[in-house]
Amino acid sequence: MQEIMKKRASELLLDGTVSRVIGWKAGDFVYDITPAVFESAEEIEKDFVYTAFCGANLSKYLVKESKKPGKTLVFLKPCDSYSFAQLVKEHRVNRDSVYAVAVECRGKADVDKIRDCGVKGICGISEENGTLTVDTVYGDKTLPLSEVMLEKCASCKTRKHAVYDELLGEEGEEVADCDRFGKVRELESMTPEERYEFWRGELSRCIRCNACRNVCPACTCEKCVFDNDNSGIAQKAAADSFEENMFHIIRAFHVAGRCTDCGECTRVCPQKIPLHLLNRKFIKDINELYGDYQAGADPDTRPPLTDFRTTDAEPSIVYRRGEK
Amino acid sequence: MQRIGVFVCHCGTNIAGTVDVKAVAEALKSEPGVVFSTEYQYMCSEAGQNIIKNAIREHQLTGVVICSCSPRMHEATFRKTASAAGLNPYMVEIANIREQVSWIHKDMKAGTEKAIILGRAAIAKVSLNAPLIPGESPVVKRALVIGGGIAGIQTALDIADAGFEVDIVEKEPTIGGKMTQLDKTFPTLDCAACILTPKMVDCAQNEKIRIYSYSEVSEVKGFVGNFTVTIKKKARYVDELKCTGCGECTEKCPQKKVPNAFNLGLDNRRAIYIPFAQAVPKVATIDADYCNMLKNGKCGVCAKVCGAGAIDYKQKDSFIEERYGAIVVATGFNPIKLDAYEEYGYKQSKDVITSLELERLMNAAGPNGGTLLRPSDKTHPHTIVFVQCVGSRCDDGKGKSYCSKICCMYTAKHAMLIREKYPDTEVYVFYIDVRTPGKNFDEFYRRAVEEYGVHYIKGMVGKVAPQPDGKLLVQGSDLLADEQLRVEADLVVLAAAIEPDKTARSLGTMLTASMDTNDFFTEAHPKLRPVESPTAGIFLSGVCQGPKDIPETVSQAGAAASKVIGLLAKDKLTCNPCVAHSDEMLCNGCSACEKVCPYGAITYSDKEFRGPNRTTLIRRVASVNDAVCQGCGACTVACPSGAMDLKGFSNSQIMAEVDAICK
Amino acid sequence: MQVNNTEFKPKIVAFCCNWCSYAGADLAGTNRLQYPADVKIIRVPCSCRVNPIFILRAFQRGADGVILCGCHPGDCHYTTGNYYARRRMTLLFSMLDYLGIEKERTRVEWVSAAEGAKFAATMNEFVQTVTKLGRNRKLEDLRCRK
Repeated sequence: MQEIMKKRASELLLDGTVSRVIGWKAGDFVYDITPAVFESAEEIEKDFVYTAFCGANLSKYLVKESKKPGKTLVFLKPCDSYSFAQLVKEHRVNRDSVYAVAVECRGKADVDKIRDCGVKGICGISEENGTLTVDTVYGDKTLPLSEVMLEKCASCKTRKHAVYDELLGEEGEEVADCDRFGKVRELESMTPEERYEFWRGELSRCIRCNACRNVCPACTCEKCVFDNDNSGIAQKAAADSFEENMFHIIRAFHVAGRCTDCGECTRVCPQKIPLHLLNRKFIKDINELYGDYQAGADPDTRPPLTDFRTTDAEPSIVYRRGEK
Repeated sequence: MQRIGVFVCHCGTNIAGTVDVKAVAEALKSEPGVVFSTEYQYMCSEAGQNIIKNAIREHQLTGVVICSCSPRMHEATFRKTASAAGLNPYMVEIANIREQVSWIHKDMKAGTEKAIILGRAAIAKVSLNAPLIPGESPVVKRALVIGGGIAGIQTALDIADAGFEVDIVEKEPTIGGKMTQLDKTFPTLDCAACILTPKMVDCAQNEKIRIYSYSEVSEVKGFVGNFTVTIKKKARYVDELKCTGCGECTEKCPQKKVPNAFNLGLDNRRAIYIPFAQAVPKVATIDADYCNMLKNGKCGVCAKVCGAGAIDYKQKDSFIEERYGAIVVATGFNPIKLDAYEEYGYKQSKDVITSLELERLMNAAGPNGGTLLRPSDKTHPHTIVFVQCVGSRCDDGKGKSYCSKICCMYTAKHAMLIREKYPDTEVYVFYIDVRTPGKNFDEFYRRAVEEYGVHYIKGMVGKVAPQPDGKLLVQGSDLLADEQLRVEADLVVLAAAIEPDKTARSLGTMLTASMDTNDFFTEAHPKLRPVESPTAGIFLSGVCQGPKDIPETVSQAGAAASKVIGLLAKDKLTCNPCVAHSDEMLCNGCSACEKVCPYGAITYSDKEFRGPNRTTLIRRVASVNDAVCQGCGACTVACPSGAMDLKGFSNSQIMAEVDAICK
Repeated sequence: MQVNNTEFKPKIVAFCCNWCSYAGADLAGTNRLQYPADVKIIRVPCSCRVNPIFILRAFQRGADGVILCGCHPGDCHYTTGNYYARRRMTLLFSMLDYLGIEKERTRVEWVSAAEGAKFAATMNEFVQTVTKLGRNRKLEDLRCRK
């Protein structure tokens, strides 16, 4: 796959169709992959990678890159394509200045989970038919991909793209047995005290590094309210338990109805806070109260928070829940 | 730093009775920014207002807090007071210590404490107030009425009467609308044409009124007082200025097989036609779908016979741009299509007709010259069945959930007219309820039953089955007698539900005027502002707002006209300065605010900004039209970046109040 | 059981829309209907003006309960504002509950300008509920505590 992508990206750069390519580039270690912009076939040849560690969603970088002259090529995994479509819908990215190349995806690996399996000294990785071959300084190790997938891939909802100009590889299907709300349901069934303890335990680890916000394709504000001294909620550090709650509630609320559930927030959190559980709570509530909604799936529908029905449930529905 | 003055009102003993006003004034004196604090018996009295005015001048106050009754009572008063002393009126805040403190709390200590807290909140808010200056926008002294039925005609006449120019845009070749097709009107039974056509002529002759017939609105820009509207004049292939309406062409045109839309297809007309004798303007129109000359270039008879040389086969659609201060929507209604109601056999039998078709059949200018004959065999019907609520009050998905309101009365009228003219005819009316609220309505209905012997049967018709002998077998239930009923009828008349004209939805989008799920236009307030759309400068007349009969339509048309006159009489509109405002530096251009704005006050444009390294960045940013925004604040919460804020109720002001209260 | 010497007085912030609920509160006053002085009203143009940030801010600064009052659905002065507020608050309250914060501390009530009695009754009942819950601990900012 990587070679096909490199070839195609180089072709499109050389024939002038696109002026730059957003892709992935290996860091100091093979699992330490970062999004990168390539402007020549040489750069592509030298640094471009597409491996089982390419979990990063590239769509957000288009906000900046697509404003530059010429077209920007972006590689989109199925989940990334929803983020891209949502950005186009919100006029954050101009569709016409993007050349979207869809790439197939069967799930990406979480290096920590691989390490948890006792695999050390990773210096290479390859995937075939759901089996990962990890090249280590101690020799090759094989692992089933399904056991070491990123959280977002383990609960993947679809392997089908929302939108693209060109497809490389095969288009996947919707994941029929995806149970991405399982953990949310589990939390909902706890007592409020248990939930409080759970979230205190999670959120108290927050170090306010802002990684979740910075990676989120829905968080593309010109200036985030948390950085704006006039907003009344500007914070630089989680100095207090209140601020941890505040930050995460407002962050999730601001992306409610716009979050495509791409799972990037959880993937990048250095403290391993399951932030997707906040977003998924909103998604689950929206689906249950206002009808199924997938952000990015449809360019025309109104996002649920800028829409209403006269017959919508009253807020008191929240009190009645859990009363059995 | 603000220099704030605090004025605590005793309101006689209304406040002073349970609040220690002196303690309040004293406590608030030490709040940050406060340079003056006092109390007085009646702040709203002239003496009280003078205390405020003097303090503003003497202490160079930049903000005023008045602890008194509800702002709903005297906010306007105190704003004027401040203004008179040279202070911006929006630098005044009220702490409501009467309705929300002294009148509800008997305990002096608790009341005083709360009054101090509310005073602090008002001080915190006023510290962040900014002087606001209401914007002004000019008013174009011309109105547009969209739709030339009785609603549009009445509105236009009333506006013109007040001396303002008004244009009517009508999509048909003539004004007059549905009422021209009616025979008689309830409950007085006077002839529709006799009362309508003089009004049509008045319109044509009124020099303040311009009629754009055979025209449609194709684009609307602008806002209250200042709309720019593009009107599309459809090609009628006849020069309106030259045509004398003599009718020579309509008699000589060889294409005779064109279904006559005015008579609902019950007879035929020519390809060039004048819809009816009293049409306004009385100008011929060529139906391009049927004209041989336009279709294949073979004919040209009308051009040959036209003495005025008015025929112009090369005419094209033309577009006119006009500016208006106000727009009245009067797009009216149509009966629904009955294709989905197979049980009534409307498609199968020519003798199952709608009530509007019956109007044409009974009309002297109709296909049978006013003699009621069955469409199929032109014989006189002896048994007629009326079916009510066909598609009205209907939850089966085929029809409309609402009551069409006019059917009960026109059916009573039809039944009565038929019994009057043809006493040998038996008339049955199947109904769910008979609804007759209206002046002389119930009396009218009772006459139909009691004097004219119309058989009213409570129950619905299950099936109308055409028989081989040409009869129609009507099977229905009589709920009162609890029995099944079979009537052999010669004619069945269906009271089809009415629905808004199909053009309403696209027009609503153009006007950013909100509509309900049935495509009726929504009024600004269901009780208190029934003829205004929530979008400023857009007014509603007639059935486009909801089903109504002629008297109601005419009174609503007059009401809409008076609202338009009130608007056009102003030279300038003063805008509410407490409107939303977008900070372009923070705006993402995401359109969330635009989606929740009920007034269409937010627009987007690409603007140039300075990027890094002397580059230029183009960004999509929102801007709010001050003249259109009503200041609800829905956009401020929809905006994720906080770019959108509301003047007078800004984020920082509200949070300052929260802080002061929770301290 | 420990008994406090001073009776707990909750701090309640009530956001009221200018056209219906604020007028309803005024009517409660005009009719001399009593409700506890713990309730302090903030006037907003419409329930849709209330940002979740304001509600969290109130809790941060020491509020024990926050109630939002607006026109009945369908009666909004701005026609649609309260429908948006209804969705926003439903989701916000659900999230607070999900985080284990007592859901009874937040509420939305629709109070018309004619419902002075409903306003007073709602406030009496809400104050009682919040008093029972006691001081807001789960969503307070210790630095703001006095």
